[in-house]
Amino acid sequence: MQKSVEVKPQGGVLEALAAGLGRVLISLFVPVLTFIVLWQGFVFLRSSEAPQLVLVIVAIVWGVGGVMALYLVANWLVEQLPKEWARRLQPFVFVGPAIAILSWYLFIPVVRSLILSFQNDISTQWVGFSNYIYAFTERVMLESFRNNLLWMVFGTSFSVGIGLLVAVLADRSRFENIYKAIIFLPMAISFVGAGVIWKFVYAYAGTGVGIQEVGVLNAIVIALGGKAQPWLTISPWNNFLLIVIMVWLQTGFAMVIISSAIKGIPAELLEAARVDGANEFRVFFSIIIPSIAGTLITVTTTIIIFSLKLFDVVRVMTGGNFGTNVIANEFYLERFTYGQAGRASAIAIVLLILTVPVMVYNLRQFQEGKAF
Amino acid sequence: MATKTQSFQQQRFTSSLLVNLTLTIICIIWLIPVVGLLITSFRSSQDIFSTGWWTVFPHREYINTRQIIVDPSVNLDGNFQVEGITTNFADLQNGVTAPNGEKLTWYGNKRTRTIDVAELEWLGFSTNMTIQNYSAVLGGKTVTFKDATGRDIETRGPNLGGAFLNSLAVTIPATIIPILIAAFAAYGFAWLNFPGRKLFFIGVVAMLVVPLQIALVPILQDYTKLNLNGTFLAIWLAHTGFGLPLAIYLLFNYIITLPREILESAFIDGASNFTIFTRLILPLSVPALASFAIFQFLWVWNDYLVALIFLNPQTQVVTMALASLVGERGQDWHLLTAGAFISMVLPLTVFFMLQRYFVRGLTAGSVKG
Repeated sequence: MQKSVEVKPQGGVLEALAAGLGRVLISLFVPVLTFIVLWQGFVFLRSSEAPQLVLVIVAIVWGVGGVMALYLVANWLVEQLPKEWARRLQPFVFVGPAIAILSWYLFIPVVRSLILSFQNDISTQWVGFSNYIYAFTERVMLESFRNNLLWMVFGTSFSVGIGLLVAVLADRSRFENIYKAIIFLPMAISFVGAGVIWKFVYAYAGTGVGIQEVGVLNAIVIALGGKAQPWLTISPWNNFLLIVIMVWLQTGFAMVIISSAIKGIPAELLEAARVDGANEFRVFFSIIIPSIAGTLITVTTTIIIFSLKLFDVVRVMTGGNFGTNVIANEFYLERFTYGQAGRASAIAIVLLILTVPVMVYNLRQFQEGKAF
Repeated sequence: MATKTQSFQQQRFTSSLLVNLTLTIICIIWLIPVVGLLITSFRSSQDIFSTGWWTVFPHREYINTRQIIVDPSVNLDGNFQVEGITTNFADLQNGVTAPNGEKLTWYGNKRTRTIDVAELEWLGFSTNMTIQNYSAVLGGKTVTFKDATGRDIETRGPNLGGAFLNSLAVTIPATIIPILIAAFAAYGFAWLNFPGRKLFFIGVVAMLVVPLQIALVPILQDYTKLNLNGTFLAIWLAHTGFGLPLAIYLLFNYIITLPREILESAFIDGASNFTIFTRLILPLSVPALASFAIFQFLWVWNDYLVALIFLNPQTQVVTMALASLVGERGQDWHLLTAGAFISMVLPLTVFFMLQRYFVRGLTAGSVKG
């Protein structure tokens, strides 16, 4: 580098210009090339008649590689800019794609729904608040509110409670991984699959001579001297039978997150407390709980929001019949079964508003942190 | 000192016993429904309807030993005597237990005049198992099975094998893409300064509460305009959008707790943000990334609604195939249980593979030095 400057001192300006032009050209060439390659991949995937296995592998490589390439190229482009601009623009390389996708997939649809909620069933006329009046006065909606409250209170407290219990106890057992794997196991099961499993548990064969109950619950009830029941049709207790399914599915989530937080507590701290003579309850309430408080709040709020949005379990098990309807299912029915776009949007907005207090609490936690 | 250690050890032993007992009870409750499913999936359709799945374990059961033919002269309308017991027809239909432990049950209607006599006997493990249910749901070929009355029934089995491959093509990118985007964003929110940082972050967290149903119809309209319906790209992006808020939120909470000194010293050494992110943040965040990867993987793999709306029958995933099985064959427990178990196999495998990431994470190590 030093040498070439000495040999051609007059060519400096021209060379710098040429180098600058070259950089601009390369800066344009690289992203264009990336886009062409990605576009070709997309066209191949959409129209190809290749064997399914080949298509699947190409799709995976193309999808994952494509996103990585886009980040690399975007960052490389920004770093070609003057330093001041690079510093200013780089944060948007990091957060920009996330914000763009969130806007398209969640934020703008919410705005669209808000507009729809003040219009009639086919969105041709403004109807003021009548959809909201419907949402707060209709009998089926009031029943849904009650049921969602049950889900929120009992579903969340049992999921987090059992999750915490298992996480703390398993940490002290030699068979930790086996226990945790078993509690987590239902998380690996789809709602459709869980629907099959629990319909079989609650199965009711009907009345008649010589009929054998094949469902576990009825078999237990009969063994205890009771009578077989069509459990899923008995309101309001069927709600609790459905909540059992959610607890069964979600406890694994709570347990794994809480467990990794417990693992983060320095071992010295626990040892020191035990050596000083603190019993296990003291250790639990004075060290473990305060250390994982943040995680507990995260898990609880996440599951509360989950239970408010809950849809699949009810949809698969009862379809919302027999007094088990929930808000999200009523939204689905209004939108996709009755074609009431306005009412459905109003219900969706109500659902959104219900979750706001939880969100505000989340944000306050966030602000107490080190972030700002 | 010695006695103190001894009592300490004894205390430890009892508490460990208590811990393991509690956990075992919880685990058994958790497992029963799945075990029922698994066992049922290996039983023939005839067995499934006639007895509960728990009867494959050793148990005592009434086994018919002989039959009594009631004499035609006996009037069945009132009480009458059989084998020295006074009883009536209605009781016999439900089964009457004799003093010697035998159980008498009327066979069929009144005209048969036949009573089955059964004795309580021990039965061992049932060996009447079959893998026919699995071959029936996997191949998409024509299968025959016997119904309850023993007739042969021919049907075209559902093609869960092809759906399984599609599930892979949907799930792997729909897990990695949101994690990558979320990790970039979480780093940006946690460690970079830019105008509107707080506002944007509040916006991201606010999106946590949006029920994805709100977005389905508008997005479907957009996809129709862009000619994206039924493609894998469409569903990857949808899952990315719906998964991002939680991913960013969880990863942010993790990345913000990484020790500031490590990053500051890297900055002083002149590393760029991109280098710090790929060389420091990503490796340090492996426990959080792995935890979220597992959940995102499971949510996408098990998702039914999003797939139903954005995919078509050629690209259908396992849950769609299983759900249509529930719809068309709601009473065929032998197919449903086998199908449900096939849909569970891969998620379970992935979980066991990534389990080691749940042991003490890398941060604990780096803080302790």
